[in-house]
This record gives sequence, structure tokens and C-alpha cells, in this order.
Amino acid sequence: MKTRILVRLKPGVLDPQGRAVHHALEGLGFDGVADVRIGRLIELDLADGTDEATITAMCEKLLANTVIENFTIEQAGE
Amino acid sequence: MAFRAGVVTFPGSNCDRDMAVALEKISGAPALRIWHGDAALPDRLDFIALPGGFSYGDYLRSGAMAAKSPIMRAVVEAAGRGVPVLGVCNGFQVLTEAGLLPGALMRNAGQRFICRTVGLEAVNTSSLYTQGFALGEALRIPVAHHDGNYFADAATLDALEAEDRIAFRYTESVNGSARDIAGVLSANGRVLGMMPHPERAIEPAADPALGGADGRKLFENVIAALASA
Repeated sequence: MKTRILVRLKPGVLDPQGRAVHHALEGLGFDGVADVRIGRLIELDLADGTDEATITAMCEKLLANTVIENFTIEQAGE
Repeated sequence: MAFRAGVVTFPGSNCDRDMAVALEKISGAPALRIWHGDAALPDRLDFIALPGGFSYGDYLRSGAMAAKSPIMRAVVEAAGRGVPVLGVCNGFQVLTEAGLLPGALMRNAGQRFICRTVGLEAVNTSSLYTQGFALGEALRIPVAHHDGNYFADAATLDALEAEDRIAFRYTESVNGSARDIAGVLSANGRVLGMMPHPERAIEPAADPALGGADGRKLFENVIAALASA
């Protein structure tokens, strides 16, 4: 069972990395980029039937730092 | 009784020896070395130090993996019993990831790794680490970090200020830290996390570029406080 965890900085938390990439895109001549935020994608291959509560616990205990980050869980299919 | 300090080494720690040498020079007693994979701490520790470095290669987030290592369960338990714990640089990151201190250390606002001596001021003067400092006392201590930008939400920052839990602030622009915070204390004042490296400033050097002695007092404070306790 493939599961994707998307970890993103919370809104309002400054993302210096995203800002640097934003500047670089502008430097390459790409106009119309309003903002860039960088997150992390974690792919888990889990035993079938792993429940959402267990995956949430993985996120809260290790995969995301909930002081600064939000996470979303999505079943990837194949 | 001799001061009994332990220094934890994680894979990727690189200031563990400096920390042990600082503790040994200032206390006159050997510092015990502790491996991250150990499940238990040595008996009767007076003090635990988590050193700087890049534990687990900063995988996932700085300090995140180390915070879940076997020895950290024992460190969290010891802190719960009131054993003082000092985390410097990566050690501070580990303390926040382990939940012993609030907030998080994010990438420096300027994106760059910063390695230089910076100005600090003592904000708290009552903890066992800071009781020998005068309020606002100026210190110069080296920093060397990429992720030292302290973040916490406004309510947490307000509470830290109201509870006198900010140990040190930067007196110059360094890394974008919220309210210029360089070091934070736990609610009972016995856990301190700080980005600057006091263990790198324990004796005057012939060349000032090699660091001063402003970090020495922090260790002297702890040793004196614990000796008189």
C-alpha cells in the first residue's frame, strides 16, 4: 500500500529556501510567479490495511515537525 | 563530590570532544562519553550535554533523527527528574525536536551557513546557567550553523518572555531568529538550548580570532550552582 505524505511549512512561516528559488526563477526571466513554497514528499510502502491513525502518528512523531509544518496523507494507488 | 557530566555523541556530532574538554578543564573532573545507541545513561549524572554537529547528516530535519535515538529517551526521562541538560547548536535542535524545549530551528533567513563570533546579551540571570551574569551583560561567543533561525508562534514567544525563559539574545543581526533569541530555557530553568558555542570560548587565545573566554562563565555557573545545591 503506497502512501504519500506531503509535508509543508505552515502558512505564515517564512520559507527562505522558497524565497531564494523565487528570486532564481525571476532571474531566469519567468514572470508572474507570485510566491514559491518548498515542502517535502515522503513515500511510504505500508502493509495493506495500515490505518490512518497509525499513519497520522508517524507524521506527528517523526515525519513532520508540527511546530512549523502541516502534513497531508494521500493514498497513492499504483 | 566530583562533578559528573556526560556528553552524548550522535553519528555526525562534531563538537562532542570540545564539549568534553571544556567541561573537564573547567570542572577538573573527567566527562563521561555517552553513545547515542545506549539505552541508559551512566548512574548519578549531575549534568548532560548534547553537542553541536550534524547528527544523522541533518536527515529529515536538523536534530529530528537524533531526538528519536535510544539515548534520548533516557535524556528526556532524566530531564524530567530535574537533571540539567545543555544543548548547543545541533544539541539545541535535538532538544526542540525531542519536545524538551518549545519552538524550532529553521534555515537561516539569509540561506547561508554562518560561522563567526557574534554579540549576545544575557537576558535571564536566575537559571543555574546564567545566575553569574548581570542583566544585559555583553558576551562574544562563536556561532557555526545553517539552521539557527529560531521560530515559535507569537503566543509561545510571549510566554517565554513573560516567564523569563529567554537566556540570551543576539545583539546583532545573525540568522533571522524571532525576537533575536539565541538561547531558551525550559519552564524549570534546568534545560538550556543555545545556538552559540560556549565550549569554543573557554580560554583567552593569543589571537582574538581564535575566540575568547566569554563562554567559560556559563560552565562555571553550572558547576558552582550544582556544587552548592
